[in-house]
Amino acid sequence: MIINHPLLGPRDAQEFVYFGDAALIARPDGLSEGAEATFHDYLYLRDNPAGDHRELWYHEQGDRSWLVVTRNTLTHDITAVELARDVARHMGRGR
Amino acid sequence: MRYSGFRVIAEALTGHKGWTPAWRDPAPQPAYDYIIVGGGGHGLATAYYLAKEFRQARIAVLERGWIGGGNVGRNTTIIRSNYLLDGNEPFYEFSLKLWEGLEQDFNYNAMVSQRGILNLIHTDAQRDAFTRRGNAMILHGADAQMYTRDQVREMYPFLNFDNARFPIKGGLGQKRGGTVRHDAVAWGYARGADGRGVDIIQNCEVTGFRIEGGRVLGVETSRGYIGAEKIGVAVAGSSSRVMSHAGMRLPMESHVLQAFVSEGLKPLLDGVITFGAGHFYVSQSDKGGLVFGGDIDGYNSYAQRGNLPVVEDVCEGGMALMPMIGRARLLRMWGGVMDMSMDGSPIIDRTEIDGLYFNGGWCYGGFKATPASGWCFAHLLATDTPHPTATAYRFDRFRKGLMIDEKGVGAQPNLH
Repeated sequence: MIINHPLLGPRDAQEFVYFGDAALIARPDGLSEGAEATFHDYLYLRDNPAGDHRELWYHEQGDRSWLVVTRNTLTHDITAVELARDVARHMGRGR
Repeated sequence: MRYSGFRVIAEALTGHKGWTPAWRDPAPQPAYDYIIVGGGGHGLATAYYLAKEFRQARIAVLERGWIGGGNVGRNTTIIRSNYLLDGNEPFYEFSLKLWEGLEQDFNYNAMVSQRGILNLIHTDAQRDAFTRRGNAMILHGADAQMYTRDQVREMYPFLNFDNARFPIKGGLGQKRGGTVRHDAVAWGYARGADGRGVDIIQNCEVTGFRIEGGRVLGVETSRGYIGAEKIGVAVAGSSSRVMSHAGMRLPMESHVLQAFVSEGLKPLLDGVITFGAGHFYVSQSDKGGLVFGGDIDGYNSYAQRGNLPVVEDVCEGGMALMPMIGRARLLRMWGGVMDMSMDGSPIIDRTEIDGLYFNGGWCYGGFKATPASGWCFAHLLATDTPHPTATAYRFDRFRKGLMIDEKGVGAQPNLH
């Protein structure tokens, strides 16, 4: 698989480490009410779709950026690659 | 029809005109007592043991494609019970004991071959860990044996003992481990279940569950609605997809695992060997091909095909372990979809929906578990209590912190 890095262009997926569903960006607040149950769902449960899947890849052997890759789990086709930083900011996380 | 040597001779003398299909092809009835979703090894074994050991009932197995076309037809056929943890070892040992009597039990030649499995040791720390595991196995009634480097060399002189990075320092063996003809397991269970009145319905995809008031009433299928008292789902590889019809999210990801077969060779490897410094395992089939595999590809996939980097990685493992494998040509390779659970261990449990039961999360170790998985799932379906060897395989173990994490890597499915 080739991942089209937004900054570096097309890179072999071998340079990356796979982490999992991009929903993991939305880490719950550990101090909120019912955080125990929320964290159980966050940590252990997955949608695991057959089809388009937004997922986190880490460019370990490159610029060490985290990417959100939209990839079809039935065909392995990659349709979108974003910087995870931008995705997280868009979700209202970070400064 | 009971199979026997006498039957083979009798049929040979009468032109083989007396053989009948090994199972029927029934149309689905409007309702059953039990429906098993998934006609793979685990689903068929469940139906078989449910009908044979637990109760006479109206039972159906629903299969989307043809029986045995999923992971029971795609694995590397290894059976063993060399686990460490309390939640696992009694279960896998129960499974190995069932394998030992399986062919007589279901009257079908599954070519169960207890040719022995050897896990190689490459460091002193690994020797300590394997000694501990071997002791755990013996404490649970399994067999285990430590081998010195010289003993391993006597058994398998062709291994690369002096690899500068990964010298072989010994091994942990289990003589009762071995291989089984995988397709015959599905066929044998199917035939045995069919003979006890189970309807095996192929080309029947479950497209939804009918649930009212927290209780499941039946399944919507591509061949119409079918009612049932109890429904057991055993569709490892597609678990998340099927259970999403019941509104459930599961603690697992689907990953692709590849397996490989070389061209047929003369007998050279009489057991199963696993490389302890990488992820590589190899045995030789009765047809002569070296059957081997390694790591999963590492990303979510339902594609039943992998990519080349893992092919290279597996072949490197093979070359590091037994350099002569480089002279063999790779004949074919394929992929199967694994339920990779959050702690690397399976789930056999009730769900929050009354009458709906789940069996899955087998990671890439489901084949060896087939008989015990079927037995324990049948036990759960019939009695509503878990089998004594499967009490740890619960959904709520993640909530309670009771994970069964053999590898100790946490909630990172692609690392198990």
